[in-house]
Amino acid sequence: MDFVDWIEQPQNWVFAAIAAVMLVAAFRVVTSKNVVHAVLFLVATLAGSAALFLLLGAEFVAWTVVLVYIGAVVVLFLMGIMITRAPIGADVELDHARRWPAAMVAFAVFGVLAGASVASFENLELVGRVERTGDLGTTLFDRFVIPFEVVSFLLLAALIGGIVLARRDVDVSEDAEVSG
Amino acid sequence: MIVSQFLVLSAALFALGVYGLLVRRNAVLVLLSIELMLSAVTINLVAFGAFHDDPLFTGSVFALFVITVAAAEVGIGIAIVLMIFRARRSANVDELDLMKW
Amino acid sequence: MFLAAEEGEKVELVGGFLAEWAWLIPVVPLVAAAAIVFFGKRLPYKGWELAVGALGFVAVYGTALLIGHAMTPMGFEDHVTLVDAGTVPGLGDLVLEWGWTVDGLSIMMYFLVGVVGFFVFTYAKGYMEGDVRFTWFFAAFTLFAGTMLVLVSAPNMIQLIVGWEGVGLSSYLLIGHYWEDMENVWAGNKAFITNKIADIGLFLGVIVFAIGAGSFRFLDVFEAVESGAISSGFAVAGALLIFLGAMGKSGQFPLHVWLPDAMAGPTPVSSLMHAATMVTAGVYLIARMFPVFDAPAVAGDIRWLLITIGVITLFATGLIALVQDDIKKVLAYSTLSQLGYMTAAVGAGAYTAGLFHLFTHAFFKALLFLAAGSVIHAVHSNNMSDMGGLRSAMPHTFRTFVIGSLALAGILPFAGFWSKDEILATLNHDGYTAALVVATAGAFVTAFYMGRAVFLTFFGEYRGQGQPHESPPIMTVPLYGLAAGAVFFGFLNVPGLYTGFTDWVTARVFVPQEYHPESIDFVVGGIGLLVALAGIAAAYVLFFRDAESQAARDRFSIPVLYPILENKYFIDDFYMKGIINPTRLQIAAAVNWSNDRIIDFAVNAAGVATRVAARFVYDILDQLGIDFGINAAGAVTGEAGGALRLTQTGKVQQYAAVVVAGAVLLAAGFIIFA
Repeated sequence: MDFVDWIEQPQNWVFAAIAAVMLVAAFRVVTSKNVVHAVLFLVATLAGSAALFLLLGAEFVAWTVVLVYIGAVVVLFLMGIMITRAPIGADVELDHARRWPAAMVAFAVFGVLAGASVASFENLELVGRVERTGDLGTTLFDRFVIPFEVVSFLLLAALIGGIVLARRDVDVSEDAEVSG
Repeated sequence: MIVSQFLVLSAALFALGVYGLLVRRNAVLVLLSIELMLSAVTINLVAFGAFHDDPLFTGSVFALFVITVAAAEVGIGIAIVLMIFRARRSANVDELDLMKW
Repeated sequence: MFLAAEEGEKVELVGGFLAEWAWLIPVVPLVAAAAIVFFGKRLPYKGWELAVGALGFVAVYGTALLIGHAMTPMGFEDHVTLVDAGTVPGLGDLVLEWGWTVDGLSIMMYFLVGVVGFFVFTYAKGYMEGDVRFTWFFAAFTLFAGTMLVLVSAPNMIQLIVGWEGVGLSSYLLIGHYWEDMENVWAGNKAFITNKIADIGLFLGVIVFAIGAGSFRFLDVFEAVESGAISSGFAVAGALLIFLGAMGKSGQFPLHVWLPDAMAGPTPVSSLMHAATMVTAGVYLIARMFPVFDAPAVAGDIRWLLITIGVITLFATGLIALVQDDIKKVLAYSTLSQLGYMTAAVGAGAYTAGLFHLFTHAFFKALLFLAAGSVIHAVHSNNMSDMGGLRSAMPHTFRTFVIGSLALAGILPFAGFWSKDEILATLNHDGYTAALVVATAGAFVTAFYMGRAVFLTFFGEYRGQGQPHESPPIMTVPLYGLAAGAVFFGFLNVPGLYTGFTDWVTARVFVPQEYHPESIDFVVGGIGLLVALAGIAAAYVLFFRDAESQAARDRFSIPVLYPILENKYFIDDFYMKGIINPTRLQIAAAVNWSNDRIIDFAVNAAGVATRVAARFVYDILDQLGIDFGINAAGAVTGEAGGALRLTQTGKVQQYAAVVVAGAVLLAAGFIIFA
């Protein structure tokens, strides 16, 4: 399958558009000089990934991303930025001076991952299918119920841990001195 | 649609996440980069799930788990950043050089 | 039931689940002893709970085995090879085995050690409370019980010796428990050395039988003796040597001298030592080797010796008990006397009678010691001249002590009556008339000194210091437990009515050939009872009416006999002046000479040689060789560290970059090369 065959499929137009948006947004996430802008670009990237999930037929995952990530996690980030008084607005000192070593490492990561993926899967076609949320729920609470419960415990632990860490207690902050 | 297109895209997102992780000074932005890497992983999982046409929807299920874990991680991460900020009046990662005593 | 098999025949018995796991019986107390040493002090009860737990386990397991054995007789042996060194040049095959025996005899002993031990250990918590070495005491005490169980469970003679020496060692530790007082150290030494002299006999006996039978296992030895593979003279020599060992442990005349001195240890130790462990080991050994002692080739030559020694012991030591003022020593000499009964019985071929007396004696003697300990605890003195009138102050101790005394004196229906009567009846049946007469006279002596002890301790006026109080429940409850045994266990073996005990102890792979009375011997039993009552009456007349006055004891001081008894027939003096001092001086002089002339010279020569060698090593090897290498290594390390130091910035993200780069390189390498 060459590029011409690939681009003839209308789904791939959609994919190309979403992918372009995502890449640009992700690039801006890591390069933006403004902290709040970086978060907003993350929103765009995540929205793009939700769109990709819809394209792949994973409807429930898509809406979960929208709800959990865009709805909750991003708000958390904004709160964190506000509380830690990160410089809002343009700030040249958000990045290190040494960008090139990091860029090389990142490029190497991309090269290895992408190369390995293309070499392994070449142009195997995806099966077009739609996962019905009801079916997903059935497996989730049947076959995967124990991991599900474990994850729920994890969330509980994170909840408690978050409270304990963020509490403004004298003894806790002493602990922070030691561990920080 | 082929599998590789999703995998290459996810690899690109992951690499951008690595770059951000290594280059950002603000701890909140470091966490942001980690979210980018996690969402790359989620895309991979869902793409593989669609590719295998798995009746158990394993790919999607684990994507959900990754999202959940990521949410927990962000919660704890922000709390830790908060602690560090309280203790040192700064959330810059490169000022945390306690690993060299 | 079991006796359907003919006596003297060899029958195959089976084990079962309980028997297969019986190796736990010796192992649990030994492990507990080690655990007490290491962790005892950190536990809430300072290690006592481990000790009493281990003994409780043995008691429960022993009871379960006894019940199982009563339903289906067990005869079980298993061996685990510990060391298999193959054939060693000059030695032959070297194989070390560990094993355990579950048959009537050993089950009886497990039960005895477990149950009596459990009561004694419980009591000991109260008695030892506040002792400086409380934890250490219980470690040694548990080791004492554990090694006795090793001895009892041994199916081969090597393991028996291991247990035997372990008992000797732990008894040494316990007798010298209050080592701040030099006298107690001497007592421990005396016990150890006297036993060691006897042990030489045991070792030689074991070697004799092992050479004869080509095996250390008891069953092989029995078979070899039965089949005549061991010649008659050889077997007699071996049996005599083994009996010498048993004489030491069981305190038979004239090796009895250590036992009264062993009273230096804490009272619970005396109690267990005289009841279930240590002194019973000798009788147990003779019983275990009974098929040898009873074999036609051996019995004729050796019987008279066992009976003579037993009878001398039972009468001579009983007389000494009459003049002792220390209440524990009265009981100690009484134990010697009762051991004489057992030896005489086993010697006469009355296997069951001897063991039955061992069994009942364990209960009432443990009881008497514990009660005496309770009294000592209250009045802070061992001497009966400091006691008196304790009947009302210590009602529980008084009641149980009287029960124990009646049992020991052989009064119907207490346990001692049945077991002593069985010994007398057997002696009568087998025609050992002289022995029977002495043994009956011994019964009078026994009743006399026990009556004396009771009257001097509990009646009359209190002669000691302070106000005595009853001991706490943790000490009195075990007394009642043992008292129950002293009252009821006699009924386990009533000829003609119920002979369960006989069935148990004779259920072995080798069934002993013995006489066992079919019915109660009314004449002998009646005479025994009358004699015992006469003894109590004599004690009453002499000591009761004015127990508080010196006159009572004066009236008893018979001119010639009394000094002899006071000085214990001068045996201790003879050992000290006749044997120990001369040899000690000679040996000391010889050792001193060899020390001066030979060892000193060798040491000096070695010193000079070492100095020369050291000078060479320092100058040449150390300075030139090793120092240069070390300095070079140090310099290289320093340089490399200085260079690498620059990479250690402490910046998290640089580290992360290196980690990611490394991971990518690894992954790339993996993809390319795999």
